[in-house]
Parts: sequence; structure tokens; C-alpha cells
Amino acid sequence: MKKIFSRPESLKDNPFHYCPGCGHSIIHRLVSEVIDELGIKDRTIGVPPAGCAVLAYNYFDVDMCEAPHGRAAAVATGMKRILKDRVVFTYQGDGDIAAIGTAETIHAANRGERITAIFVNNAVYGMTGGQMAPTTLVGQESTTTPGGRLPVRDGYPLDLSAMLGLAAGSAYIERTTVSNPKGIMRTKKAIKKAFETQLEDKGFALVEILSPCPTNWKMSPKDAARWVDETMTKIFPLKVIKDVA
Amino acid sequence: MSLKIIFSGFGGQGVLMMGYVLAVAGMKEDKHVTFLPAYGAEVRGGTANCTVVVSDEEIASPIASSPEFVVAMNYPSMIKYQNMVKSGGTMFLNSDLITEVPAREDINVIKVPANTLAHEMGSDRSLNMVMLGAVREITDIVSGKSISLAIETVLEGKKQKLVDMNQKAVTVGVDFILGSK
Amino acid sequence: MSGKTLMRGTHVLGEAAIRAGCRAYFGYPITPQNELPEYMASKFAKMDDAVFVQAESEIASINMVIGAAAAGARAMTSSSSPGISLKQEGISYLAAMELPAVIVNMMRGGPGLGNIAPAQGDYFQATRGGGHGDYRVITLAPAYGQEIADMARQAFDLADHYKTPVMILGDGMMGQMMEPVEFPDPVDLATLPRKEWIVNGSKGRASRTILSLWLDPPKEEELNWRLARKYEMISEDIPDQEMYLTDDAEFVIVAYGTAARIAKGAVHRVRESGMKVGLYRPKTLWPYPSKALKGLCEHVREFLVFEMSMGQMVEDVRLAIEGQRKVSFYGRPGGVVSTPEEVAAILSSAYNSKTN
Repeated sequence: MKKIFSRPESLKDNPFHYCPGCGHSIIHRLVSEVIDELGIKDRTIGVPPAGCAVLAYNYFDVDMCEAPHGRAAAVATGMKRILKDRVVFTYQGDGDIAAIGTAETIHAANRGERITAIFVNNAVYGMTGGQMAPTTLVGQESTTTPGGRLPVRDGYPLDLSAMLGLAAGSAYIERTTVSNPKGIMRTKKAIKKAFETQLEDKGFALVEILSPCPTNWKMSPKDAARWVDETMTKIFPLKVIKDVA
Repeated sequence: MSLKIIFSGFGGQGVLMMGYVLAVAGMKEDKHVTFLPAYGAEVRGGTANCTVVVSDEEIASPIASSPEFVVAMNYPSMIKYQNMVKSGGTMFLNSDLITEVPAREDINVIKVPANTLAHEMGSDRSLNMVMLGAVREITDIVSGKSISLAIETVLEGKKQKLVDMNQKAVTVGVDFILGSK
Repeated sequence: MSGKTLMRGTHVLGEAAIRAGCRAYFGYPITPQNELPEYMASKFAKMDDAVFVQAESEIASINMVIGAAAAGARAMTSSSSPGISLKQEGISYLAAMELPAVIVNMMRGGPGLGNIAPAQGDYFQATRGGGHGDYRVITLAPAYGQEIADMARQAFDLADHYKTPVMILGDGMMGQMMEPVEFPDPVDLATLPRKEWIVNGSKGRASRTILSLWLDPPKEEELNWRLARKYEMISEDIPDQEMYLTDDAEFVIVAYGTAARIAKGAVHRVRESGMKVGLYRPKTLWPYPSKALKGLCEHVREFLVFEMSMGQMVEDVRLAIEGQRKVSFYGRPGGVVSTPEEVAAILSSAYNSKTN
């Protein structure tokens, strides 16, 4: 019998701890597949976030180095500058990259650091229990926005990717989703391109991936996926934001 | 022997260079030396000063609260430091820019027309080394040979003409003191 | 003598760091230490294997240090008091992840923005860990230009040997002041012990992880115990001090860094009037050289601690003396630098007020 589906080599044989319907498991798999396909497993180093994916090193079978909350881009900078012929990627959530790590991210992009950032946007702080994220939509319920995000009190959702697109050092920025099969295919292409951008020494690359969080959104996995497609994409439209790679 | 000297003036007068050359000269004699430039907000607005300590023993503090010598290259510097000079100490005044003298009788005052002397030798910018020559001759902190070696070290890699000019300026300062004695 | 050069403290540190094999520097401007990043930038620009990044913040620079250290480089950052506060998060991670790094603090007056004059108010921050969690940072306190050079070399060696962050604690004046210095020959990087723990891609081996997250309390406890054993070893191995005229001293002044230079000048003066005083100068602030200090109790009747702060190291002196002798304190905070004359007056009056 022909084997048509197996675990990527860059993924360890550990069951995911992620909730049912969460996008992280899919995204982990996509990143691993890309690393396998590009044949860079033994020269890739990942920098996981603080957040739900903090345990990413239990899954990615590549060298990994933790970073303090939000500082992944800075840690990756120090690493890549020393290891110029290696591949360095960060894996960060919206709170990590777009709130506490805004400065590190924007400046890494602006310096044109040859790193690849995987930005998982689920519009909420997941691991800490569903507080407002920088990307929480106006009106969206969270544990710290009772009655929904109110701009006069809570400000507006931040479009970090658009900001990164303005940075002269960024080469490739795209927003995709893993809330439907087509989106997943597109996401994988985008991730691959983001790694290739680094391999081709073109500049900073980032893929923002809209990702459902059924648990904190208090929705079924199916409703959560639909909410991404129908509501979240209105504020965070799927598109190539910048491509000079 | 432990001697402290403050060099003070405005930017462009080569004040730090004077101190630096003296400190290097002290080092050439295997003495303990410290060179402390004023830094940060203190040097905004065009003033410059530095403190040099040359000693036979380990130097405790590079700061001089009552220096044996003060070199004032302009009038504000004289005002600033005139009361700090140790009793019995010496204040060097750039007499081209300072017409008054400190209101003290317990210190020596040496007037050196540094601008004029530098101009006459054909190098306006060498007023600092003219003054340093005078300072060397009066204070005897280091030998003239050490000053000469220090200039070579400090200006290493620069044009020989510049080195020669600085050496000559020191001589002009020395001769001025010898001539006025 | 021909090997000597007259250099300012910040430049001495930079040159000595490069000779010690430092190939990664990350920093952010703050007075009074800007000449150090400037020196590193100019030297590294001419070196193929060295990395200089002016980061967007102190926080970013210490995290770049984490990345470079994890990748195996001898990495350094520097700052002055307010900037060092910002670096504390990263220093805690360095300790937890057991990564070697050198952090330079040219202390200035504080708290808050304070001023840019020399002070010693960051002693607690440096010697008590500084950031969150149960850890320590090796803290070296140079007092002389030559010692800055020597300790920079030592700092990188200690950091690598113990896989832990090392701080060089100087002050603004030390950074600006020039003194004659002789440098050791540059380290041949190829001769340094190989780091078998770095993350540089898993070619030919299993993948590795460097982390500080231990969700399972017994695992975190294991880390804490391991660190504690390491710190105990460091406390045995490296405490160091200078003892000046202490052999016959009845009274000893304890001071470090710039304050110790001034104290030595004071001891000189007071000795001239026949009083038997000496200086105890810790060169390592953590671990504190307690044993040798306590040993002085055999013939020293009283101690005076002098700091350019309102009294921080004095607590370590009291811990070392264990109540056996009276320990008094004199301090000038805020960036004020005492003269040796001033400290001599304090010292001789303390010497003459026989309390026991």
C-alpha cells in the first residue's frame, strides 16, 4: 500500500496540547512541511513566543531558543547575525508580536533582518485566558472588554502587518487564514515564500495567519472558523501586503 | 610628588589636547597619570575642560578640588577656577583673551599671550601647545623630552608638518617663559 | 613600558572585550557610556566575524545578546543605570537559560533619570540578581584602568565557564577617565572550549532547545537547585579583594570601585598621622569576598564602609562581619564625588572615637 500521508520530519511525535479547532496545530504542521520541503531542517532555528505556542519546542524537531514575551524578533536578530548561513524563524501570537513586542518587530523589519516571522492572529490572549489583544475587534467580547471592545475605552484593533509593510527593510508580508481548506493551502504557500525570502537574502518576511480560538471566543470550532471567514477578514483582509521578494 | 592641573577654555582652543599630551608625557616617564575630561551636559555650549593628575604614587582621585595649577584659556575659565587653585599654586592665563587677574594674592599668575605667539609663529591653532610649553617650563611636571615624545605619540600617523608645528609651538612657549624671566 | 597606551575606561573595556573574543555587541545610547558602543562600532566595522547592532532599546539589545549567546558567540551589551533597569528582564532569562554574556553598567546618579555623574546606587540591583526570580549575577568591580582591561577578559571567561551572565560594574567617571593600560594578547577563538549546548542548527545531532519555562514545579525546582549549586561553586571559587595596609590595621575602611580609590587616598593621609588604618576593596561584589573580610576581625576593631550611595554594600559587610565588630557607614550619593581629604577626615574621626 502506498503511504500518502505522514508526519513531517520536522515535527516531533508528540500529541498537540492545543484545543479542538485551534489553528496552531495546523500552522505547526504547515511550517514543518515547508522546512522539510526546503530541506533546511538541520540548519533551522526557531524562536517560540510566550503564549499558547510557548511549548512549540515540544513539537518542532529543529533547534529552538526561547525568547521573553514579545522579544522573539530581537533574539532572532542576535542569532541570525551570528549564524548568517542558518535559517531563523519566530513563531508569535498577536499579543506577543503586536503589543509587547511591537518595537522589536517593527525595528527588526525595518533593519531588514533576514528572519521569517510566523504571526498567528486569533484576536485574543489565549494562554492567559481570553483577555483583549491588540487585534481584538471592535465590539468583540473578551474577559477585559466586558460588553465588547469599546474604542473610546479600549482603542482599535492594530494592523501590525500594514505597518510592517511600510518598513523599508521588509520584503514580504502576507495575511492568510487557516479557517478553511483553501486558506490552508494559501497559508502554506505564503509560509514557503516567507522562508524562501530569507534563504534568498531579500529581507524581513512575515506571514500573518488568522486563526480560530473556539475556546476563548466561546464558540464551536465550526462557528469559530466561520467567524474568521465572515467577520475577522473584514478588519484583517486576506492579501499580499508587500512583496518585493 | 602628585600634581593636579586643570586645563580650561572654549571648544576649538585645543584644551583637551593640552591635557592629553601632558598625560601621555607623564605615562612616558612611567608615572601614574589620570586624564579626566568633562563630559555630557557640562560640555554643551562650547566650554571644555579636563583635569590631569601626574603622580609618583597610585592616584586616588582624578578630580582636583584644589589643583596646584590651572590653565585658563579664556575669561570665563579664570572666573570659574580662580578660587580653586591651591594656595601657593599657579594660574596660567591666556593674556590675549584675559585682561584681568585673579583677585588673590596667595597664588602665582603667569600671563602668556598664547594667541599672539601662535600667530607670530604662523600657526594660530597651535596656541594650546604654546601654552603647554609655558606650563612645562614653569611647573616641571614632566620633562621637555617627554612632551616632545608625547606629541609624536599623540599625532602618530598625522602629517609630519603638523607634528613639527606642534613641537615648535611648545618651544615658543618655553622660550617665552625663559625670555620673561 | 612601551606597551602602555593612555585610554578612557569605556575604550579600554571595548578593546579588552574584543581581545577576549567578544564578537557580538548590542546596545542603545545612554550617557555616560556612549564611547563604548562607538568603539565597538568602529572596530567591528573592520572585522568580518563581528556583529554590531545599535538596537531600538535596551530591552531589544539584551535580547539580541540572548540570541547571539545561544548561537555561541561571546556577546556583550553595555549601558548606564536607567538602561540597566530595562535590561533586567533579559538578564533574568540569561541566568535561567544558563547563557554566558557580559553586561557593563557605568553607573550614574539615580533613582529615576538621575544625572550622568558617577555613583554607586545600583549595587543592590547588580548583586541581588536585579530581575525576577531566584538567581545571581557575577559582579566584577574594577577601580583602575588596567583592572578594567583585566576584568573584561575575566568576565568573558567566567561567563563561558559557568554559563551565566557577568556584570562589570563601573561608574561614569571610570568610563570617561583615561589611564595608562597594557592589553593582553588577543584570544585565539579556536582555542576556546567548544560549546556543546548552543543552538546553531541540528546538523548531525538531535535538535536542541534552550529555554527557561518549566511548567512542572519539580522541574523548575531542579533548575533552581542546579543554579544554587552553581552559585555555591562560584562563591567558593572566585571571591577576590585587594587588602591595602590591613596587616597591622586597627581600623579598616571598606569601599569598591571609584570610592575605593578615594578611600585609599584617605588611608594614605590618615596613616601619615600615625593612625593604623587600612583598606579592604572587594573586586568581586557577587560573590562577596566575605571570608577574608571576616578574617580581619582578628585584629581590626572597627570597620567604616564608604560608598557613593546611601549604603548598600554596607549590608554585605555587616553580613560578613556577623556582628563581631562595629560597622559604620559614610556615603555621598547623587553623583557627588568625595575628595580623599573629606574621607580622610571622616576616617580619622571614626578612628579616634574609640567605641569599644
